[in-house]
Amino acid sequence: MIRPHRSHPLWIAYLLHRLSGLGLALFLPVHFHVLAFALNQPERLDGFLRFADNPLVKLAEFGLVFLLAVHVFGGLRLLALEFLPWSPRQKTLAASAVAAAFLVAGTFFLQAV
Amino acid sequence: MQEMDVSVWRGDANGGGLEHFKVPARDSQTILDVVAWIQQHADPTLSYRYACRVGMCGSCAMMVNGVPRWTCRTHVKTVLKDNAITIAPLRNLPVIKDLAADMDPFFDKWVAAGGVHHPTRTRDEPIEILDPKTPERVETDTGIECINCSVCYAACDTVSNNVDFLGPAALQRAWTLYLDPKDADPNAILDAVSGKGGCHNCHSQGSCTLHCPNGLNPMKAIAGLKRATVSSFFKGGR
Repeated sequence: MIRPHRSHPLWIAYLLHRLSGLGLALFLPVHFHVLAFALNQPERLDGFLRFADNPLVKLAEFGLVFLLAVHVFGGLRLLALEFLPWSPRQKTLAASAVAAAFLVAGTFFLQAV
Repeated sequence: MQEMDVSVWRGDANGGGLEHFKVPARDSQTILDVVAWIQQHADPTLSYRYACRVGMCGSCAMMVNGVPRWTCRTHVKTVLKDNAITIAPLRNLPVIKDLAADMDPFFDKWVAAGGVHHPTRTRDEPIEILDPKTPERVETDTGIECINCSVCYAACDTVSNNVDFLGPAALQRAWTLYLDPKDADPNAILDAVSGKGGCHNCHSQGSCTLHCPNGLNPMKAIAGLKRATVSSFFKGGR
């Protein structure tokens, strides 16, 4: 439960950025591990790719692409906040980052299914 | 007469807990009125701090239902939930007793953030005339009405997680001094705010700006300091 002093959009944007960063950090080693199969165990990679055609895995990939996109757009917002002249529209920018991430992840999902 | 359930944190630096009081509800009642009623009518040993009662002195800030607020200008009707209120001392500061927090760490950090004027002239010279319309002065004007209430400091999670972090108010003060053309050593300010516990620790969560009772924007000031320190690094290597 988010404590009362934290229940506002920019704190939630911070939480989303931190959680998506952690999620991606956990994903990357697994990603490289599976890619390494291409070099030494190609038949295992093919097996994994067949498993990845499963609709449930596609749904998980939607989540992954969303994490990646929300981290990218949220990171761009933070760079703009710190390096560009101040904009008072921080809540709008944070909401736009989430919306853009949904657009990217949704487009990926529609292409995939 | 209708009564409210008020839970007040009682204790000291060694710990404590919530105590419950029934307080009569009145029109136009503030949280500070509630605390004063308890101290005057229920328990005279309740300790708290206040002075002006009109939102100028910055003494009476407390946690109200988990949110830092200036209690003298917080109406009960805006925070009452299920006829109950919880009042506790400010977060992120040591407690002296009951609702009175020890403000020393907060003020020490104002000094640590370079909040000391470095003069360009002596008292024998005429006063330097400033143009109030320069961009620097217009920006400074948005940050100088701080009443040192420590609400932003209590709202900040970076302060909770990093004891060295200077905090929103001290950094905002440093930003306004950095912009001051009458300050002879802006680089000293940048040095003070770019070390351990400096502006780069800020995660831009924005709780300081959301909760500031005077509508100031310390998050903007800290972003300004981040820009200034980074451009100073690339220009002069410091």
